[in-house]
Amino acid sequence: MQKNLRWKVLAIVLVIGLAVVAIVPPSERIHLGLDLQGGIHLMLKVQTDDALRVETETSSEQFVEALKSAGVTVNAPRIVSITEFVIDGVPAAADQQVRTLADQQLTDYDRQVSGGAYTFRMRQNIQIQRRAESVTQAIQTIERRVNELGVSEPTVAPYGSTGDQIVVELPGVSNTARAKDIIGQTALLALHLVEAGPLADQASLLSAYGGQVPADMTVVTGAVSRDDPTVYYYLVRRVPVVTGEDLRTARQTIGDFNEPAVSFTLNSEGVAKFSRVTAANVGRSLAIVLDSRVVSAPTIETPISQPDARITGRFTQQEADDLALVLRSGALPASLTYLDEREVGPTLGADSVRAGITASLIGLAIVTLFMLVYYRLAGINAFVSISMNLLILLGFMAYLGAVMTLPGIAGFILTIGMGVDSNVLIFERIREELDAKRGARQAISAGFDRVFITILDTHIASLIAAGFLFQFGTGPIRGFATTLFFGLISNVFTAVFVSRTLFEFMLSRRPAGAARVSI
Amino acid sequence: MRIFSSPNFNFIQWRWHALILSLALLAAGVTSIYLRGGVPLGIEFTGGTAVVLRFEQPVGEDAVRSAIAGVSNESVVQQFGPPDAREIMIRLPLIAGQEQGEALSEGARQVEEAVRAADIGAFEVRSSDSIGPVMGLDYQRKGIWATISALAGILIYVGFRFRFTFALGAIVASLHDILLTVVFLSWAGYDLTLNVIAALLAISGYSVNDTIVVFDRVRENQRQMRREPLDEIVNKSVNQTISRTIITAGTTLLAVLALLIFGGEVLRGFALTMVIGVIVGTYSTVFIAAAIAIILSRRPASAQVQGRAQGSAKAKRA
Repeated sequence: MQKNLRWKVLAIVLVIGLAVVAIVPPSERIHLGLDLQGGIHLMLKVQTDDALRVETETSSEQFVEALKSAGVTVNAPRIVSITEFVIDGVPAAADQQVRTLADQQLTDYDRQVSGGAYTFRMRQNIQIQRRAESVTQAIQTIERRVNELGVSEPTVAPYGSTGDQIVVELPGVSNTARAKDIIGQTALLALHLVEAGPLADQASLLSAYGGQVPADMTVVTGAVSRDDPTVYYYLVRRVPVVTGEDLRTARQTIGDFNEPAVSFTLNSEGVAKFSRVTAANVGRSLAIVLDSRVVSAPTIETPISQPDARITGRFTQQEADDLALVLRSGALPASLTYLDEREVGPTLGADSVRAGITASLIGLAIVTLFMLVYYRLAGINAFVSISMNLLILLGFMAYLGAVMTLPGIAGFILTIGMGVDSNVLIFERIREELDAKRGARQAISAGFDRVFITILDTHIASLIAAGFLFQFGTGPIRGFATTLFFGLISNVFTAVFVSRTLFEFMLSRRPAGAARVSI
Repeated sequence: MRIFSSPNFNFIQWRWHALILSLALLAAGVTSIYLRGGVPLGIEFTGGTAVVLRFEQPVGEDAVRSAIAGVSNESVVQQFGPPDAREIMIRLPLIAGQEQGEALSEGARQVEEAVRAADIGAFEVRSSDSIGPVMGLDYQRKGIWATISALAGILIYVGFRFRFTFALGAIVASLHDILLTVVFLSWAGYDLTLNVIAALLAISGYSVNDTIVVFDRVRENQRQMRREPLDEIVNKSVNQTISRTIITAGTTLLAVLALLIFGGEVLRGFALTMVIGVIVGTYSTVFIAAAIAIILSRRPASAQVQGRAQGSAKAKRA
């Protein structure tokens, strides 16, 4: 064997070895997409307006609080839009004080003053920043929830160019309704002191306040006990005693009547606030409000200074479990809407894998048979180079962690087609050269050399197409573009380099004068 | 074994027949699509719900149809796959304003409940897709962009490597293939889905591939046959590559037929698109691409000589 040839064979063996190492064991190394594995695909939109509204409300309230402690009394803030609020009723004498405080506290807002009314508008760059933050935070929260759910290899990632879309993929999960509940629940927990209620209608609740909701209070609704489904109205303090942010952890437990409940543990800051308020308000009720609904409103019997507390309500075991999960993983900064939901049953995925493998093997077998009949021994070259192409393609996918999808399998079968095409191009050219009465060695060498440019041209054109497909494509199209792309790259190697080496290897075993080629 | 021994067909002579045939087919296709109110789009693009149920025992479409009569009066119920698969697909149009919160998959849930309540046999949900209008538009836009940019990329590359008129020939041929394939698909009653778009783009790649092989041969022949008119050079090149064109088309067809027969229901649209596209693509390589390149290259005699000299100069550089 020539020295040159020996190196080529070594290189081929090395590539095969690398590919095999990459894909063994296939069940662990080849990542299957949702369409092959079964699972849920959700496309969500984060209502980033929510986050801005909360920010504006909180800033306005904190500002009024700060003014109050500085001795300036003003009207309750008016929220004009999600990014704008107005403070009015400011006495002329306090103007300078308000300006100084606003300079310190409301640095994120532009200020406009006319008469005694101060309009604060959130700066544009802050708005953009807050929206982006709320999406990032939503992704992190959903990730925590999904991880708690015990899903293996979930995907939670930003999607698209609008900046507020998230794609969530949960392989192996089949209960869409529950998954959506867990992902989409805002889980904003807040404990508010009850000022009045519960009462069955809002009018009688407010009769003691002249029919108006006082500025520092708000009305929330919810059930009063687990046996009574009627909706009751509560008048509560607007600023909560503790919120979900003061939680250390939460877990599912059972209540006094053996009913499912959720217990939570406060962090040290939460405990401090909680014990201070409970000590000052023994005998009053504390409304536990989850996502603007009262879950329960127990009475404060004694000052509470230990960190553990319990929420009882009308929960089933599963609901209590899920509530504990979402409380543990923190609140979403904004609500979510669903843009796209797909569910693939596990049996369909398994069937698709089976069908895809069957189709690939049968395709490969038919094509090989044809090549052997038509090109005789050179058909073996075609078989070796195409099989090796598929092996290298799998190796690429495993090595890069690319996901195999159903259209990806179609890309596999097309890769077989491309491999055949390159081989046919080369073989036909070798035949032409043989017809022109060249010797076997020259014919093979001329065949490969002349066709190489063509193969390069066709492959580069297809690579361009595959690249754009990947860039602009979504889900299934991407899987297809991935296999097509790497199939094209490895095909140049196998159809040209490997196949040529095989020819040279066969010729090297014959004496120089008697070189013949079966094609 | 050989299909053709030294073939010498006069393909170029038939170029006008071929162009007229293609234009007639396209006109008929476009008319029929127009009369039906546009290209039938899959729910990925229009928004809506599609649920596939598999029953333990065979169930008629009518039984399912009457079971879900209360859910929507615009639903489409059809057999999914071969009858022995016992699968039924139910499609619901998008209900206005459905994209809010939990409501998106409400249709799918109602279908499931209605079929369960009708008690027409045990079943499992094979797949369920609910796509809102925002994503539908997003997918449409992306599908169109992927197609346009892929074709533009190919045009630039082929124009750079060959003459510009050849690049136009290749792109017109591949647009021809995409359009004709869509026409045949609509006649076969298939919707344009994301998978079909992927297949159409694969077809355009395949078609350009085929065309490049011929053009490469033209470029090579131009070096040896400087005195011959372009028609003859192209005709000779098509003849020289005809074995390869037919064999490649045949083997690719075998591979995608395997996909069509064994690949399962989900990939059926994809596989059928490929089967049609390979046939159309082969036809266009032989009859359309080269014909258009020749027609576009027709220039006054002096310019033509110059153009040819340019072409061969380029070929040498390559």
